[in-house]
Amino acid sequence: MPAPKTATPTANEPRDAKTAPGRVMDGAHMVVQALVDQGVEVIFGYPGGAVLPIYDALFEDERIRHVLVRHEQGATHAAEGYARSSGRPGVVLVTSGPGATNAVTGLTDALMDSIPLVCLTGQVATHLIGSDAFQECDTVGITRPCTKHNYLVKDVNDLARVIHEAFYVATSGRPGPVVVDIPKDIQFQQGPYTGPSQVRHRTYRPRVKGDYARIQEAVELMAHAKRPIFYTGGGVINSGPAASQLLRELVRLTGFPVTSTLMGLGAYPAHDPQWLGMLGMHGTYEANMAMHDCDVMINIGARFDDRVTGKLDEFSPGSKKIHVDIDPSSINKNVHADVPIVGDVAHVLEDMVRIWKARNAHPDKAAMASWWGAIEGWRGRKSLAFKNSSTIIKPQYAVQRLYELTKDRDVYITTEVGQHQMWAAQHYHFEEPNRWMTSGGLGTMGYGLPAAVGVQMAHPKSLVIDIAGEASVLMTMQEMSTAVQHDLPIKIFILNNEYMGMVRQWQQLLHGGRYSHSYTASLPDFVKLAEAYGCVGLRAKTPDELDGKILEMIETDKPVIFDCLVDKHENCYPMIPSGRAHNEMILGDAEDQPGVTEEGKMLV
Amino acid sequence: MPPLVKDAKIERHTLSVLVDNEAGVLARVIALFSARGYNIESLTVAEVDQAVHTSRITVVTTGTAMMIEQIKAQLDRLVPVHKVVDLTVEHDAVEREMALVKVAGTGEKRVEAMRLSDIFRARVIDTTHTSFIFEISGAPSKLDKFIDLMRPLGLVDVSRTGVVAIARGPEGM
Ligand SMILES: Cc1ncc(C[n+]2csc(CCOP(=O)(O)OP(=O)(O)O)c2C)c(N)n1
Ligand SMILES: [Mg+2]
Repeated sequence: MPAPKTATPTANEPRDAKTAPGRVMDGAHMVVQALVDQGVEVIFGYPGGAVLPIYDALFEDERIRHVLVRHEQGATHAAEGYARSSGRPGVVLVTSGPGATNAVTGLTDALMDSIPLVCLTGQVATHLIGSDAFQECDTVGITRPCTKHNYLVKDVNDLARVIHEAFYVATSGRPGPVVVDIPKDIQFQQGPYTGPSQVRHRTYRPRVKGDYARIQEAVELMAHAKRPIFYTGGGVINSGPAASQLLRELVRLTGFPVTSTLMGLGAYPAHDPQWLGMLGMHGTYEANMAMHDCDVMINIGARFDDRVTGKLDEFSPGSKKIHVDIDPSSINKNVHADVPIVGDVAHVLEDMVRIWKARNAHPDKAAMASWWGAIEGWRGRKSLAFKNSSTIIKPQYAVQRLYELTKDRDVYITTEVGQHQMWAAQHYHFEEPNRWMTSGGLGTMGYGLPAAVGVQMAHPKSLVIDIAGEASVLMTMQEMSTAVQHDLPIKIFILNNEYMGMVRQWQQLLHGGRYSHSYTASLPDFVKLAEAYGCVGLRAKTPDELDGKILEMIETDKPVIFDCLVDKHENCYPMIPSGRAHNEMILGDAEDQPGVTEEGKMLV
Repeated sequence: MPPLVKDAKIERHTLSVLVDNEAGVLARVIALFSARGYNIESLTVAEVDQAVHTSRITVVTTGTAMMIEQIKAQLDRLVPVHKVVDLTVEHDAVEREMALVKVAGTGEKRVEAMRLSDIFRARVIDTTHTSFIFEISGAPSKLDKFIDLMRPLGLVDVSRTGVVAIARGPEGM
C-alpha cells in the first residue's frame, strides 16, 4: 500500500524517517525511501536498463510524482526550474551511459548558476565496471568537473547514507549539482536503511555567519561613502526569501542605489526608484556608469563575472569593494576585495542592518544628493529606449506588452539564450525573487522550455512563460510532449526573428556583416508544430494584433506555442563591447560609438 | 589562469592538504589544477591515518600571491577536503624529498660517483660491477645538485618521490 501523501515540507528540511531506520530493504526501495524522507515530491527522469529496479520501486508509488521527459537534458533543466522557483532541490533520475551523458549539459548549467540538484544515475553492475559493458560510461569521471560533488555507490550499506549526504551537499553552502551513480546490482541487493537524521557529513560544514569585525568594517565604509552602490547577484536569491527582504531593508535604510546581475533579478523590486536596472554587457547605462564611478561598491552574492565587469583593469577603478559571498573561492578570484566577508547573504545582511541601525549611520546628505543627481543624468539617456514601429513588431515591444498584460498575475518567466533573453531581462520587470529562471553562467540554448516544465510542476496554478528564441527553443522542443502529457499549461513565447539574433549581432559588429550560418532556413511552422504536439499554436504578425493574441494565450489553459514574428534586424542595446570598460557603452541611438578592439575580438 | 595584477611576482608554495581517503579524491585535486590552469611542480599522496581514512597530499605549486590564494580556496571547496595549510606562509616548515639515482660506469668515474655520494650522504642500495643505485634524501635543491653532479659520471635513471613537508614545532595540522 502506498503511504498517504503528506503536506509540503519546508524548503530543504528532511522529513524524519517514518520507516524505522535499520529496516532491511533492497537498494531500489532504499532510493525511493530516501527521496521520500528528503521531502521529495517530484522527480524528472527517463528510464533505461540500468535503473529498471528503481523504476520498479516507483511503480504505483504515489508518494513521488515522476515526470517523464523526452531527453535527459530536459530532465536536468526541468529540475533546475523546479529548484530555482521553489527553493527546494531538484531531483533527476536517468539511466547509465547515454542517459548520464545527456544529463551533462544540465549539470554544468546547474554548477555555473549554483542550483541545487541531486541526479541519480544508473550504472552497470559492479563486476562489469571497467569492461566497456553495454551502456557503460565513466559517469563519475565525466561528471567530476561538472558537479559540486559526486559518488559511485559500491556497497548497498552506503546507499541511503550517500543519498542523504548528496542532498546535504547540494543544498548547503553554495548550492550545486550532485551525482549519485548506482550500479544495477546494488539496486537489487538487500541492506539496512539509514534515515536522514542519522547522517552527518564528515567534513563539509560551510560557514554561514560572516566575520563580525569585517561586517562592522563594511558598515563603516558604507556610512562614509559618497558614491555608493549595491551590486547584487544570484546569491541573494539562493540565500532564500529572507535575504531579499533584508536587502530591501538595508537599501531603504541607506538610501543607496542598487543594481543586479542577470541572476539576481527580482531580489530587489524593479518598480522602486532606487533600482537602476540590470548591469553588465547589456545592462542599463545608469547601472554601468554608477558602477564605474562609485567610491564604495557593496557586492552581495555576485561573483564579478566577465559579463559584468567588462575590461577588468578598468573596472570601477576608484572604488573600495566589499564582497559578501558564501564561497571563499569567489572572493579575490577576478577582482580584489578590500573587505571580504565569507558567509550566507541573509546572515550577513541581518548583521549589516543591525549594525547600521545601532550606529545610527547617516551618509553625507550633500554627497548623496549629488550622486543621485549624476545617476538621474545617466537615467535621462533612457538607454533601453528603442524606435517602435506601427507595422512590424519590435522584440522589445513584444516583451513590454507581455509584461503589461501579465504583471498583475502570479507569473514565472524562463528564457532561452540570445537577444530575446537580454530583452526579457531589460523589459520584463520583477518584483519578487524566484520568479526569473535563466541560464546565466553557461548560457545554454534550450534551457527555457524544460525549465518552464519544472517551474509549472512546482507551481501548478501559476502562469509560466518561456520567453524564447526560435533557434534555442528547437534544441529542446520535444519537451512540449512532456508538458502535454503532464497537463502543464506552459506558454512558449517565441520572439521569432529567423536568426540566431545574438550571433548575427556579433557578426555585424565584429565580422564585417558576414552572416555565416546564423540564419535559420527551413524553420518549422510553429503553429502547426504546436498542433502536432496536441497543444495550441498562436501567431502574431503585426503590432495591432499583439495584445489580443497575448490575452488569448493567457486565457488558454493548455500549453501554448506563441510564434511572435518580430523585426529580423533589431540589435540588443545598450552593449559594452568585449574588452571595453563600463563607461564605453554602445547606446542604441548614439552616433559616435566605441567599436570592438582587436583584443576584444579574442573574447566571447 | 592569467595573473590578475600584471607583472606580479611568481612565488613557489608548498601546500599540505588533508583529505578523506575516498575514491576519486586525488583525481578531483589533479583535475582542479588542470581545469583552472594552475601549475603542479610536485605532488605526493599517501594515507596517514588508517583508522579514520585520511590522506595527506603535499603539493608544490607556483603562481602570483593572488593565484595561490585562489588555489587554496578552490582546494578547500572540494567536499572531501578537511584542511588546506600553506606551509610556505603560515608556518616554518621542513621539506624533504627522496630520490633513487642509478649511475653506470667504471674506473675513475665510478670512484668519483662513490666519493660524491659520500659527501651528499647518499646510500648505496644496489650495486653491480658497472653500476650503483643511490638513495638520497633532503631538500629538493640538494637532490637537484646531486643529480647534476652524477650526469657526467654516467647517470642512467632517476626516480624522485616529490616533496613531503611538515610544519616545525609541537602543533599538528
Ligand atoms: C547550446 C548552445 N549552442 C550555441 C550557443 C551560442 N549562441 C548564443 S545565442 C545564439 C543564438 C540564439 O538564437 P535564438 O534562440 O533565435 O535567439 P535570438 O538571439 O535570435 O533572440 C547562439 C547560437 C549557445 N549559447 N548555446
Ligand atoms: Mg532568433
